[in-house]
Amino acid sequence: MKILGKLTILLCGVLLMFFTMEFPDWGDPESPASTHLSPYFIQHTMEDTAVPNIVTSVLADYRGYDTMFETTVILTAGLACFLLLRIERKKVPHRYYRHEPTGVTLRMEGDKFPRNSEVFQRMDANWVPYDFIISRTCRLIIPFIQIFALYVVAHGHHSPGGGFQGGVLMGASVILFAISHSLRAAIKSFSEKTAALLSVTGVFIYAGTGALCLIFGEVFLNYSALAPLFGSDRVMARSHGILMVEIGVAVAVTAVMIWIYYNLSSAGKQDEGL
Amino acid sequence: MESIFALVLAKANYVAYIILMMVGLYAMIVKNNLIKKIVGMTIFQTAVILFYVSIGCKRGATIPILEHHASPETAAHGAEKIVAHAMDAVNVTHYINPLPHVLMLTAIVVGVATLGVALALAIKVYNTYGTVEEDEINQQLRSG
Repeated sequence: MKILGKLTILLCGVLLMFFTMEFPDWGDPESPASTHLSPYFIQHTMEDTAVPNIVTSVLADYRGYDTMFETTVILTAGLACFLLLRIERKKVPHRYYRHEPTGVTLRMEGDKFPRNSEVFQRMDANWVPYDFIISRTCRLIIPFIQIFALYVVAHGHHSPGGGFQGGVLMGASVILFAISHSLRAAIKSFSEKTAALLSVTGVFIYAGTGALCLIFGEVFLNYSALAPLFGSDRVMARSHGILMVEIGVAVAVTAVMIWIYYNLSSAGKQDEGL
Repeated sequence: MESIFALVLAKANYVAYIILMMVGLYAMIVKNNLIKKIVGMTIFQTAVILFYVSIGCKRGATIPILEHHASPETAAHGAEKIVAHAMDAVNVTHYINPLPHVLMLTAIVVGVATLGVALALAIKVYNTYGTVEEDEINQQLRSG
């Protein structure tokens, strides 16, 4: 089996290597990929959308449909993780607590667990001792990550950035909190319900922007129709419409990243994390 | 010999993506562990992303963000002046091809989401069979 696999790989590699030698050189400005379609976007993005970042304008305007369904794919992935892991909720048979005055670890069974007790501290089964330096450092870093995420979303028109990147950064800040403290602490401040609602809200903002264009009497996702709403000319309205859509993407991506992490790190139990 | 070396150097990006892709494909078809297969799938995906992004490269060009200066007066007068300012000279060879970047931007995030689904399936398999080794799962399936 291994020999067969290696032979297949070798054959595929040699064939690919042989035929890619016909491809244009690396960085060739005259290559077919850069001469047919992309010059249009580079030359017309300013007069069409007033967004200097061509990637943003192509992503959210010229190719808005694709990005909308891309966001839906992410939402579907979050839902799939949820349905696969979360649907079968088993009872937690036992939990570990530490009796703080004595430092004794107790294994409790049944369904009567101390809640919000000052004496008993909840522990994970494979508990790592509480690390002061790590948790404090992360607490210091997290606000800056979140500010940077908002900057990346809001400044996506003029610098590298946009909804996807900002959303992932925002999600990473909450995941960092869950890793450095505990999964339960993260769920307390950003619950699964919030994540589910926000991920749907993000897709709704995107599709809603498109529907708003319909209401204003033009084609779906043609942001020029929103000009009376923003009080600007039709080109600037496209720029504002792109920002609305990017915010929707950011909200959806943030929530889905956190949601997937919650379900994966605890195998769907959302009780003891990594 | 010299010419072959020059040829490979001129197409170094393709060589890199083929090597990465073959590493990923090898892990996907030969490895027995489901998690290792998933890792292979991710490497394969990275190879495709590398291929696309390297296609967009142009020698001597910069990132696909049109040069624009929001000086205080243009900022005060709204977007029309920025548009007018940026439009006077857009040379296509100054900016790299933005289309592969747009495609890969979404592909990376969707890739992470599908990776999550794959890992969720692996967790489900582990909960059902108590292992993620493929041959052991097959054995359990055969013995019923």
